[in-house]
Order: sequence, then C-alpha cells, then structure tokens
Amino acid sequence: MSEEQSFLERLPARGEARDAEPTWVAARRQAGAARFEALGFPTKRDEQWKYTDVRRISQGRFALADNADFSPGQAAALTLPLASAIRLTFVDGVFSAELSDLAALPAGVTVEPLSQALSDNHEAVGGVLGRLTGVDFSPFAALNTAFSEEGAVIRLAPGTVVEAPIVVQFLSRANAEPVMCHPRVLIQAGARSEATVIEHFVGETDAANFTNVVAEALLERGAILTHYNLQEAPLGDLLVTSLQVDQGRDSRFTSFNVNLGGALVRNDLVSELNAEGAEAHLYGLFYAQGRQHVDNHTLVNHNAPHTISNENYKGILDDRARGVFNGKVVVKRDSQKIEADQSNANLLLSDRAEIDTKPELEIYADDVKCSHGATTGQLDEEAVFALRTRGLDEQTARGLLTLAFAGEVMDRVTLDAIAERVERAVAGKLPERFNLTGLVEVAALEQAGHAQEEGGHDRDG
Amino acid sequence: MATEEMEQLVRREYTQGFVTDIESDTVPPGLDESVIAFISQKKGEPQWMLDWRLEAYHQWLKMTSPSWAHLSYPPIDYQAISYYSAPKKPEDRPQSLDEVDPKLLETYEKLGIPLHERAALAGVAVDAVFDSVSVTTTFKDKLAEAGVIFCSISEAIRDYPELVRQYLGSVVPQGDNYFAALNSAVFTDGSFVYVPEGVTCPMELSTYFRINAANTGQFERTLIVCDKRSQVSYLEGCTAPQRDENQLHAAVVELVALEDAYIKYSTVQNWYPGDEDGKGGIYNFVTKRADCRGDRSKVSWTQVETGSAITWKYPSCMLRGKDSVGEFYSVAVTNGRQQADTGTKMIHIGANTKSTIVSKGIAAGRSDQAYRGLVKIGPRARGARNFTQCDSLLIGDRCGAHTFPYQEIGNSTATVEHEATTSKIGEDQLFYCRQRGISEEDAVNMIVNGFCKDVFQELPMEFAVEAEALLNVTLEGAVG
Repeated sequence: MSEEQSFLERLPARGEARDAEPTWVAARRQAGAARFEALGFPTKRDEQWKYTDVRRISQGRFALADNADFSPGQAAALTLPLASAIRLTFVDGVFSAELSDLAALPAGVTVEPLSQALSDNHEAVGGVLGRLTGVDFSPFAALNTAFSEEGAVIRLAPGTVVEAPIVVQFLSRANAEPVMCHPRVLIQAGARSEATVIEHFVGETDAANFTNVVAEALLERGAILTHYNLQEAPLGDLLVTSLQVDQGRDSRFTSFNVNLGGALVRNDLVSELNAEGAEAHLYGLFYAQGRQHVDNHTLVNHNAPHTISNENYKGILDDRARGVFNGKVVVKRDSQKIEADQSNANLLLSDRAEIDTKPELEIYADDVKCSHGATTGQLDEEAVFALRTRGLDEQTARGLLTLAFAGEVMDRVTLDAIAERVERAVAGKLPERFNLTGLVEVAALEQAGHAQEEGGHDRDG
Repeated sequence: MATEEMEQLVRREYTQGFVTDIESDTVPPGLDESVIAFISQKKGEPQWMLDWRLEAYHQWLKMTSPSWAHLSYPPIDYQAISYYSAPKKPEDRPQSLDEVDPKLLETYEKLGIPLHERAALAGVAVDAVFDSVSVTTTFKDKLAEAGVIFCSISEAIRDYPELVRQYLGSVVPQGDNYFAALNSAVFTDGSFVYVPEGVTCPMELSTYFRINAANTGQFERTLIVCDKRSQVSYLEGCTAPQRDENQLHAAVVELVALEDAYIKYSTVQNWYPGDEDGKGGIYNFVTKRADCRGDRSKVSWTQVETGSAITWKYPSCMLRGKDSVGEFYSVAVTNGRQQADTGTKMIHIGANTKSTIVSKGIAAGRSDQAYRGLVKIGPRARGARNFTQCDSLLIGDRCGAHTFPYQEIGNSTATVEHEATTSKIGEDQLFYCRQRGISEEDAVNMIVNGFCKDVFQELPMEFAVEAEALLNVTLEGAVG
C-alpha cells in the first residue's frame, strides 16, 4: 500500500453526522482524496519541494482526534494575552466551544466553526470554500480537502471595522499516538471592511502531531486585512499551512509570518493582486534551532496594473537547523506601473545550519520597478565593535544585534502583545552565552515608561 | 521616435547571414554506434577515445532532455541531425592562410574579421573552426616556443593523448547532463590548450566558431588546462549564416586551473537568432565549467550573448582550491523571439573562496530571458564570499525577464549577497539626453552601454569594441 493510500485509509466513516451533511461536502472530500492520490506526496524532485523532505509526514502514522479535552488552566497559559480578542479554539483540529470566546462579536461579523457554518447555511459556504486554495494548490491542500471536517469561517459585512483581533487558535496535545488534523480557514472580507486575523499554533511541549491548515481569504474592494501566522508549535509538531489571498481593487493585505516552533514547517502563501490599487505586504521571521526545518514559499501575482507588493523575510538559524525561503514575484503581461520589492536576509549562527534561498522574479511587463535581494552572513563585526566600545561584553553585543536583526521585521507589528511575545521568544532562543534576559527586562521597562509618557499609543506600523 | 522607423530597424535582416558554398563531406542524418565509430575513425582516434564516446552515448540513451529551463521549443529530433561534416579533402588541409579556400576567407571578410590581418595586427593566434575541422592555425610556432600547446582537440587526442586522457571529462563528466552526454559521444572539434607550469601565454588565444553546412549540429569540445602559476586569456566568438532550419549546438568547455593559475575565458556569441517570427535560429545548449583545482587559482568567465534562438548556458566554477576565485560577467541581449536561460553556478568547496557574479540582461521585442544561478557554500568553505548582482532591462511590453537565483548556504562564516533589479529605460534619462541633442537611438545605446559597463570593462580590448557595436546593432530600433 502506498503512503498516500495509508493516509486515505484513515478517512473516517465517522457515523451518522455525515449522513446529514449536504452532498457537495462528501463530493468535495472524494475529489480531494482522488486528487491527493494522483498527486502523491511531493518529493525532492519537485522543484517546489527541492529542499524539504516530507517523509516525516508521509511515513508517519497519524490518527484523528475525536475530542477537544484540554485543561482550561493550561490553555489559558498558552493563549495569546489579548484582552478583547474574539477567539476560536481547535484542539487537535476539534472545535472547543469551551475554550472559544465569541462574546465580543460586533454586528456585521461572523466568526464560527466550519461545522456550524455548514449546518446553518451550507450554501453560503459552498460557493467560496476551496475556490482559491483548491485541490490543485498542492498535494497537502488536496489532502486537507479529503479530510475536510472542521475549521473557521470569518465573514465581515461591507464597511465593518473590527477592532478586536480575531484569533484562530490551534492547540496541539501530547497524545499517546500522534494525531493529524486538516482544518480550513475561510476569510471573506466585504468591501471596505477591516480586521486582524491571527492564526496561532501552540501546544503541549511533548506533542508530535501533524497539522495541515488550508486558508483562503477574499478581500473585496477596499478591504484591509492583517493576517498573522504565529507559529509557536511544540518542537515535535509537523506543520503545513497554505494560504491564498484574492485581492480586489484598493484592498490591502498585510501578512506576518512568524515561525518559532515545529520540527518540520512548510508555509505556502499566495497573494493574487487582481485589481488596481491592491497592495500586499508580506513580513516573515523564522528562527530555527536544533534540527528544525522551516520552509517558507511565497508567491505574489501582479495580475493588474498599479499594484504594489513588498516582502521582507528574515531568518535566524542555529545548530543543525535548516531554513528555506522561496519568494516569487510574477508580473503578468500588461500589468504596468508595478512596484515590487522583495528581500530576504539570513543570519547563520552555526556552521551546521543551512539556508537555501531563492528570490525569484518573473516579469512580463516593462514599466515596472522590481527588485529583490538576498543576503546571508554573520553579524556585522563593526557593529559588534561599536557596542563593545560602549562597554557591552561581546556576548551581549551579539545578542542585541541578533535581536535587532529580528526587530526589523517585528517593528512592523502593530499589536504590542504579539511584538513583545515574539521579541521575548527570540531573546529566549538566543544561545545562553548571550544572556540577554536582563537587558530585555530593562528595555521592556523603559519602553513601558516611554509609552506611558506618550499616552500609551500603540506603535505605529 | 516614429514607430515605423523603429519597426523598420527592429525588422532589420541579420546582416551576417549568408551561406558559403563549400562542399562538405557529411554523414547522413542519424545517430547510432556506427556514426560514432565513423567520427572516431575519421578523426584517427585511438580505441580508448572511441570507448569513451560509446560510454557517453550509452549514458545519453538513458537520459531525458531537461525541461526545467524557462524555454519553449519543439522537441528536437536527434535522428534528423547529421553528426559529421568537414570541408572537402581533409587530407590536404591548407598549411598556411594562402592555401585557405578563398571563399572561406571571403566569409570572414563579410563578417568583418579579416583573419590574417586581424591575426597579424592583434597578435592573436586563431584556430578557426569552419564547421567541424580546424582549417588553419596561426602563430603555432610562437606558442610552441613558450611551450604552450594550442591545437584542435582532434590533434591533441592524436599528439598529446596522456594530457587529454588525464583531463578530458574530469570537469564535465560524460553523463553530466543530457547535452554534455550527447557532446561527449559525437564531438568533432574544438580547441585544446595546455599552458605549462609558470608560463604566461604570450598572446590571447582565439577561436572563431562557425556553423556552416545545413543540418549539421556542431559539437565542439574545448579543454583548457593551466598548470601551476600559468596564465591564459582565451577568446571565443561566433557568428552563423542565415538559414531556415534550427540548428543544434551543444558544446562542452572544460577549464582546469591548478595552483595559482589564472584562466580568463571571454565569449562573444552572435549566432543567427531566427527571423522575427522565431523561424530558424540556433539552439545553443552549452555546458561550460571550470575547475579551480589548485589553491589561489582563478577563473573568470565573461560573456556577451546576443545571438541564438535559444540559449541554455551556465558557465560555472567549482572553487575547490583554498582562496580560489571565480568570476562571471555576463551581458545577454534578446530581441525578436529569442529565448535565453542563462546564468552561472559558483560552488564554493575550499576555504576563503570568493566569487563575483554580475549579470546584465536586456530583453526587447517578444523575447524572454532568465537568469538562473546557483551559489552553493559547502560546510568546509569557511570564510567564503559571494556577491551577485543581476539586473534586467525591459524594452517593450511584450518581452519577459526573469530571475531564478538559488542560494544554498551551509556555513556560518560565509557571506552571500544577492541583488537584482528589473526596470525599463527611464523616461527622464531619455529626456535628458534628447534635450542635449542626442538622438533617441543614440541615447538608448548610450544608456544600454552604460548599463552593461561593468561587464564590458572585463572584456579584452578588441572584444569590448566589438561587443558594444554588436549590442547597438542588436537593439537598434527596439525602443520607442
């Protein structure tokens, strides 16, 4: 039996609930299974997977979780400390009403689990689900479709501005037998609506599950969406995410992709700039240690003239970690007056770490300004020296500079709680010899004091 | 500029397209073991060479044509190609230029390269390859005095079998890739250079490759070996006559630099690019690789690519020796329906190795071009450095420019930088020149030449002049 078949064998004939489902849901699952079997797991012979070996997934045996039990105390400790957040929580892919918080839902906003959206009005979901990130997106998207069961549906009526961040939290448990889940996230942002959606991956330290999320976002005219892919998954977790964004006229999509956890992480992000004035801003930060493997693929399609994209990914790699960055910008024929910038900078802290980076440009129009850059290296010795002349010991100087390297991306984050959390996480990951804790505390205090003076403004993006 | 005038210029016929009518001794199209045996026999090769060719052929049979490049062309029928063609009467080959077929000399005249004059004036020894057999070699004696061996690869196989056997295929093995395997099986000519220890080659070496007889692919094999502390500068330039059927060209160039050696390899490639509908034109699938085997060795590739319907070419450096240096300077110009997928590979293996990549791509008309490069830093390449810059200039809205730079970095002490930009000629730049009374055509040439300056200044003098002129001709009228 092939690896693909052994995965599909897990497809549940799970009981009566299925009988009540609309037929198109079953048909889609079948189509997903068929497509997945035809595509098969990617190998290193596939250009898109040249540097990422998915055998840890394909040769794994994963069950499906059937409950969402999680100690509320522990969950609270893992949850992002965002005071007024709207929250959907999934435990190993299973929706947990107990750990979700939908109390603050303003008018014009729908945030609900996919199962509920299907039972309430399946036709409203059926039209858009899978339109973007369909079965042909990748083998993993096809696999997700085959197992499609649960997920998050977020809808914003035209003109709705949601102040509170919408958090979709994926908790991973330390199960006796590793499990897999294939959640789907659907975001529909109506004209001129505005929201922040955070996909947060976190879990119990010893977890070793496989999470395969497929997300799609439709931004109508003038919609503004800020999306966080905050990955603090346990170090044993295998994580594959796929997100495709369809952007209408004058819409703006900002993505923060922060990868700190997971044994094997692969993120695919596609932005389709379909009409004039659409903008995509993609920021990424990955920090991998031990034998972590983090692979980020981004693709920006400039399908219309007067569109803008801007991308900045930073990577820090230590020990035997491996990072992959592949950013592609495509300017279609007749998409004139394009501005596209892309940069990827990487810092290698160990001789056994490896980075494979490929910033690609594919351009079919002439009146464009496109650039990309990629650098890999060490900390600037002159900067280290400058700090040392100011009395810092070498380790602290290096630690600070590493933090500053990450800071170039994190400074763009407008949610303080997240910026601080990531900063601390990065500081905590720095090799012990850096001993930054004290300095970070001092800096945090100073910043708090500073913020108070200025009336507690959020940082500006 | 008036659109008509522009179109007129774009449609200029290939001025260097003509066919010289020399009877060729050609085998019928097709490829099998007997053809390879025929080539080998015709060249008077020893048994080991034939075995080597056959081994390559058997590997080739098992391979498939690469499809990863950003190129599109109909499948090539390898059985429709004739693999050997030589000017008539190879046994009475001319001993000096006077004996050379006047028609051949005329061909060079038309190209603007008066061979004897050029050879004498510029002090360049020319190993002219007219189709597949080396017709004449000048300055051989002067080179022999310095101990430099410069001859056709066939002569080398006959006269210096030990050297050839030692180095042939040591940089580009027979089964390296589809086209290299094909070349290894059927190569008919090319140059061989050996510069002995401590010798600086007294003159620049140059070979003009020409493809002439219809339907014959040309498969040159060039091998240059620089022994310890030696230096050589090698020039390769190409033009081809106009014809309708696509011609396959699959060359292999191997460079070996031992300790402290320096090889400079410059190419100006101006083969027939096909007509405005993309009909005809050369298919250029070339494998060029240098092995910086010795410590402190250096190899510098400089190329100006303006011709061919399809270019598939990645001159590479294996930086094995400590402190060895690899350089790649490239200008690629595509117009009409040309397609080019070109770039380089810098494989850093030894400590403190350095590489520089400067690639300038200019796409006009309905052409498509891609820079594809790899910088790989191995775990033992401590302190390795790479700087890459690849810029593209787009002229017109029907062309495409693409960049696919791969970086694989496995060493924390390495510093790798890559920069790329894509833009068009600025309206304000043009306006500035026009305002000072410079015609649009001249302004564009000036701007484009400035864009390519970093590369042109790496070319040997006489090549630089030729390259600039070539660029101007290729792009004439492409801007509006």
